[in-house]
Amino acid sequence: MIGVLSELSYWQVTSIRVAAGLVAVLLVAGTLVYAHLFKMVSFMQSRLGPMEAGPYGSLQLAAEIGKFLQKEDIVPRRADRFVFKAAPFVVLTSTFLLLVVLPGGPDAWFISNDLGVYLAMAVSSVSVIGILMAGWGSASKYSLLGGLRATGQLIAYELPLLLAVVGVVIQAETMNLQGIVLAQADGEIFGWGAIGNPFILTQFVGFLIFMVAMQAELTQTPFDMPVAESELVTGYMTEYSGLRFLLFFIGEFATAGVFSAIAAVLFLGGWYVPGLDPSDNLLNVIGPLVLFGKVVLLTFVVFWVRFTFPRFREDQLQRLAWKFLVPLALANIVVTGVLKVVV
Amino acid sequence: MSEFLRTYLTVGIFGAVGAAIVAALLGAGRILRPSRPTAAKVENYESGVDPIGDMWSQANIRYYVFALLFVLFDVEAVFIFPWAARLEAYGVFGLVEMAIFIFILLLGLLYAWRKRMLRWV
Repeated sequence: MIGVLSELSYWQVTSIRVAAGLVAVLLVAGTLVYAHLFKMVSFMQSRLGPMEAGPYGSLQLAAEIGKFLQKEDIVPRRADRFVFKAAPFVVLTSTFLLLVVLPGGPDAWFISNDLGVYLAMAVSSVSVIGILMAGWGSASKYSLLGGLRATGQLIAYELPLLLAVVGVVIQAETMNLQGIVLAQADGEIFGWGAIGNPFILTQFVGFLIFMVAMQAELTQTPFDMPVAESELVTGYMTEYSGLRFLLFFIGEFATAGVFSAIAAVLFLGGWYVPGLDPSDNLLNVIGPLVLFGKVVLLTFVVFWVRFTFPRFREDQLQRLAWKFLVPLALANIVVTGVLKVVV
Repeated sequence: MSEFLRTYLTVGIFGAVGAAIVAALLGAGRILRPSRPTAAKVENYESGVDPIGDMWSQANIRYYVFALLFVLFDVEAVFIFPWAARLEAYGVFGLVEMAIFIFILLLGLLYAWRKRMLRWV
């Protein structure tokens, strides 16, 4: 694989990477919508879910896209048209950008940058701007309230998310996500290195903080006040119809997948398979599949929580972030640092 | 172009492709969908009744204190990350330094807490 890639020019390699990225996004978002939204929630509610389009309804999403493509696109009269139309671009593009930091194998990566964690965290907070744009541009009271709520929530949970990753960086001694996977592959647990050291074992507190903060960043229940349908109709999406609504909807699931992939890389060992040499060429093939499996596992947890728990109140949400998660994350950094230096 | 800058070129290309896909989807929709706006259709949704007053009504933005706190903590996080990556090299010295830093941070949070700034009222 190294040989093949190094013979190609930069533009050829980049084209391959972009194509792979597109496949990854469509595959992940499609699978998540089908498996988790259509089927899992149906079984939880004792119904079958879609059955007609394709075997077991597996082509339902394609049918939905075909339907939404034909829906009229309504822009409210009072809306700020440019901001209103630009908002889905910001949300979806930031999700797609988030993908570039993810490594899928020893050579199967999009970029290998020593600031990977920074890049991921910085790009992940861009979607807030898109949501605020949607809330403001719609010129609707529901949308504005939803957009403001979403902003307050996303900035509050950005911090625990960020600080939870510091523990991983301390252990891995690098901010390169590829390096973090390799550190987990080479790691040992009390001198026993058979399965490496997935940081979920040594950074369990960090993992829990990350998952809770991720749930809030995705505005999934129990943190879905920005789109609380009983109070705000659908929050910042209220005025969106047809395809633009679908874009927000797909963006939500794609973001869930990408965030889960980042969590899988940081805490579950990424593409590494215990027992194989981390530079084995085989991992370029099965590595992305292993990562995908872990993504499905983590998103299952996300949607399981989503469909099980009731909604928090807005003040409870802020309290949880500032009075519990942030101090806990700071304590986690200190403890990890002391253990790293002393032990 | 250096390898490091090329990385960001790749990031830029990904961003452009992402925007292009959204544009392509919306363009396809523009060809396929009908467009028959009526006065009632383009009115804002307000639970089925006629909307009242200015849409950009004044709302109490309660989280501006949180936003200020966030900016503070976010800047701190920028300093914590490089330290975390090089902790082994700094050893006990770096650990004590960062412990003081985080202690001051926590004091700030505690101050905001005591001043009842962390309440969403």
